[in-house]
Amino acid sequence: MNEFLQQVINGLSLGSVYALIALGYTMVYGIVRLINFAHGDIYMIGAFIGFFTTRVLHLSFIPALILSMACASLLGVIIERLAYKPLRHAPRIAILITAIGVSFLIEYSMIWAFSPQPRAYPDLLANYQLQLAGLIITAQQLFILGIAIILMLGLHFLVQKTKSGKAMRAVSYDMDAAALMGINVNSVISFTFAIGSALAGAAGLLVGVYYNRIDPLMGIMPGLKAFVAAVLGGIGIIPGAMVGGIIMGVAESLVSGFLSSTYRDAVAFAILIIILLVKPTGLLGKRSVEKV
Amino acid sequence: MLQIEGLNVYYGGIHALKDLSLEVEQGEIVSLIGANGAGKSTTLNTISGLVRAKNGKILFKGQSITSMPVHDVVKAGIVQVPEGRRVFANLTVRDNLELGAYLRRDKAAVAADMRKVFRLFPRLEERQSQLAGTLSGGEQQMLAIGRGLMAAPQLLLLDEPSMGLAPMLVREIFRIIQEINKMGATILLVEQNAHMALAIAHRAYVLETGRVVLSGPAKQVLEMDEVKKAYLGG
Ligand SMILES: Nc1ncnc2c1ncn2[C@@H]1O[C@H](COP(=O)(O)OP(=O)(O)OP(=O)(O)O)[C@@H](O)[C@H]1O
Ligand SMILES: [Mg+2]
Repeated sequence: MNEFLQQVINGLSLGSVYALIALGYTMVYGIVRLINFAHGDIYMIGAFIGFFTTRVLHLSFIPALILSMACASLLGVIIERLAYKPLRHAPRIAILITAIGVSFLIEYSMIWAFSPQPRAYPDLLANYQLQLAGLIITAQQLFILGIAIILMLGLHFLVQKTKSGKAMRAVSYDMDAAALMGINVNSVISFTFAIGSALAGAAGLLVGVYYNRIDPLMGIMPGLKAFVAAVLGGIGIIPGAMVGGIIMGVAESLVSGFLSSTYRDAVAFAILIIILLVKPTGLLGKRSVEKV
Repeated sequence: MLQIEGLNVYYGGIHALKDLSLEVEQGEIVSLIGANGAGKSTTLNTISGLVRAKNGKILFKGQSITSMPVHDVVKAGIVQVPEGRRVFANLTVRDNLELGAYLRRDKAAVAADMRKVFRLFPRLEERQSQLAGTLSGGEQQMLAIGRGLMAAPQLLLLDEPSMGLAPMLVREIFRIIQEINKMGATILLVEQNAHMALAIAHRAYVLETGRVVLSGPAKQVLEMDEVKKAYLGG
């Protein structure tokens, strides 16, 4: 039982990182019906920005977090403007292939510029542990979970309560009708990419801190898993991405704890296959749903 | 106030508007009637910028709006209440109305307009925190019109506001359209219900397969034999 709870605790912080990445997939999908395959790479860039701001500029955690988020968000907006916007009325397959192309471009530019060697992250957070009824919780885990929760609450407030959030939901529901309200649809789309990418950037930094190593291809696996998490929760549904991410993290942690860590990456795909067979709209998906 | 000259619109190979010209003067209600597929919605969507003309000119208060982005057309003062309501089902009634006022910064005037909308449609006030998707069809139509009013339009484009409503409510909607006009908005009204549309309009245009075939003061159009036969059931 303790072993089980311990794995759940380990899974929670991992899951909250998946949730942060999954939110970007789901928000972008909700607005433009596009799976942004470069999203995992934006997360990777976030991790690298965190690395350089702390290693080279010697900033502390919070300024590094803010810079990672800002740069990731800028990158997301640039990708949208240059790669996706010109294709907004093109066939879906063209956009999908472009997204994959953008992903490769970022990955291999980073390999070219910084070599494929993994880098060690500096210790940004205190490294002590809490013991609670036989369970071990590290300060890092608490920190990651805490930051993720704060960001998600912030997002929830933004989307539900602010004027920009309402405009976002309107665009996601009916783009033309939203334009007829005087909403600049292009700005809302950019804004959505900015927010989604900022969350991925934050996730990148958090993972860098947690696993202590980063490399230019680090975005591929978490990107795929977060995508599955978004589908699991119901693609396009914000709370779905949060739930899906947590489930994904906990499931992965349980499998690597009780079966073998060699299966940990298989979990995501097993979940994807099951959800596509049993409930393709995802856990929170209904037939007519709110899409952002 | 609005001048359209020689407008041609295509959907791929379909020639939807053919050399269309029409004019709306400040303070008028102008009705645009025609059979299904005549190009009425296309006309309104081209004015709003949702559909682009191949050639031709659209002037609003003397300024060209022919290639303006949709949101700038709204900013200029032209607001469309689209066909089929198109309310944001995932938002509350109040949020829908607030989005209607998206571009306005004058909080006090927006609040006053909100009260005005609630006075015209008391039903909306009772249901302001309900999701728009759960309203009845007629209530959604009220919301769509109310949302349009929240933008404080100078020119209001209404696309079939009476569609799918019970006869009682149809009369009510037309009465409200007249009231909106009296409060200062100029109106371009697209309607299937030619009787009512001609009864409240100052002038009218009849559209047939993308072309204006008749136009004139609404009372005269109402008396024309071709119109009686084709749109007024005898
Ligand atoms: N998005 C589109 N793609 C292709 N053809 C279109 C499109 N929208 C309209 N059309 C065509 O253009 C013509 C005019 O359509 P429009 O919607 O303007 O008619 P309407 O007068 O509003 O008809 P209704 O009274 O049925 O609403 C029709 O033949 C229609 O099939
Ligand atoms: Mg129509």
